Amino acid sequence: MAGTLQFSPDDRYNAFITTCREAPFGDGALAGTAVAVKDNISTAGIRTTCASRILESYVPPYDAHVVGLLREKGAAIVGKTNMDEFGMGTTTETSAFGPTRNPADPSRVPGGSSGGSAAAVAAGLVPMALGTDTGGSIRCPAAFCGIVGLKPTYGRVSRYGLVAYANSLEQIGPMARTVEDVSRLMSVIARYDPHDSTMLDRPYDHQPSAEIKGLRVGIPEEYFGEGVDPRVAGTVRDAIGVLEELGAETVPVSIPGMRHALAAYYVICTSEASSNLARFDGVRYGPAVDTRKSWHEAYQDLRLELFGTEVRRRIMLGTFALSAGYAGRYYAKAQVARRNIKEDFERAFCDADVIAGPTMPTVAFRLGEKTDPLSMYLSDILTVPANLAGIPAISVPCGRVDGLPVGLQLMGRQFEDERVVDAAFAYEQEVRA
Amino acid sequence: MVTESDIEHIAELADIGISKDEVPEFTTQFNAILDYFEVLDTVQGESAPAVGITNVFRDDEPRPCLPQEAALANAGSTEDGFIKAPRVM
Repeated sequence: MAGTLQFSPDDRYNAFITTCREAPFGDGALAGTAVAVKDNISTAGIRTTCASRILESYVPPYDAHVVGLLREKGAAIVGKTNMDEFGMGTTTETSAFGPTRNPADPSRVPGGSSGGSAAAVAAGLVPMALGTDTGGSIRCPAAFCGIVGLKPTYGRVSRYGLVAYANSLEQIGPMARTVEDVSRLMSVIARYDPHDSTMLDRPYDHQPSAEIKGLRVGIPEEYFGEGVDPRVAGTVRDAIGVLEELGAETVPVSIPGMRHALAAYYVICTSEASSNLARFDGVRYGPAVDTRKSWHEAYQDLRLELFGTEVRRRIMLGTFALSAGYAGRYYAKAQVARRNIKEDFERAFCDADVIAGPTMPTVAFRLGEKTDPLSMYLSDILTVPANLAGIPAISVPCGRVDGLPVGLQLMGRQFEDERVVDAAFAYEQEVRA
Repeated sequence: MVTESDIEHIAELADIGISKDEVPEFTTQFNAILDYFEVLDTVQGESAPAVGITNVFRDDEPRPCLPQEAALANAGSTEDGFIKAPRVM
């Protein structure tokens, strides 16, 4: 029955940028369920800041497609969650509204860039939330906070109303404490939208099944090598052992293109960002520019003042990577590397039905621990390949190291989101029992 | 290898303001990142043809859109129903 949900959470982890004290809801599959939405997804009448000062008072005049679907199914949109500014980061520390803290250990980051969504779920403030994943931004905070997060197949969920950062890579996806809730949320948001021309009409209608007898699980050596904390690798290997006990068989696979994945990813995402973020000039939305100054002077002053350092760094990197004389060396090569990785996965999926490995190479960092941008970028090594290939990938909690959550990542063939959900569900049911 | 003046030039091209004291740090960070990008020199293959990708077309028919009032609601500076921008000349 339709009504209003009172929502005044104890937000001690700074998970929210905006909360809706009285959230209306309707009838449907999610009637009265509190859902938090990452602050780069447009919500009519609720400000959407992308955790940036440049959009601090921006109130979208329309709902993103996924938000419309949530409302149709009766969900109560209770707030907009904290994130890295425009989704650029791995820790939620680049937010202009202050960092989010990890409920598993408040001296640590929740991961990024959907850290607010993960923390809100992990702290029990909401049962489910939407995040976005450009290079791991749903799976990373899910792993660091000990919850479940799914990056759907590219094109399975509409991106209409998502404030674009790197649109050939990013996807909106569900986050929750259980695989079943992730699956429920996915079935609401994966509905065709003619507004998104990159979308395919493949609705998700699935009840998770724990029956995985005969499932072939590919183990890529590259996911257990250099840079991966041996204790994290061991925890994930134990989790794969659980899948074997359930009747799955493991097969070795290889993704040789991994060595180019991270560089290709950062060239592509910064290139796309340099174009997408050109719209933030303070003219159509955001604070007014100083119209007494000249065009370029006014924009440069405004963007220096209101964009954070990481956003400016990425826009500049992308501008450089696309500039005459360098586009062939960086952008064109990155696209070749991207195709190679996609083909690596296609080969691997001839032998395997899903591919398993750690979500993150380490457990959650301490706040302020990563100061150098390159070392931060390196921590995305295990998540970006799925975005480059456009395949579905889920992170499910699989144990702890030093008391901190570790995520098991399961990747699947394009449009086989159901299969990765089932594998994660089987694991979760077994360890919970 | 990019120099400090390259960084100032890129900032100019990108319409990203940069303060004098940020230039050395951005230059160092850029060079570290570009060093890392050099791994792309070893990528095998010439070009990435679009495989299995098709354009999605629709008829160009007028449809309902945002009313003018809503379109202007977030602009910081407006005049007579228009958005006010800085001068170009």
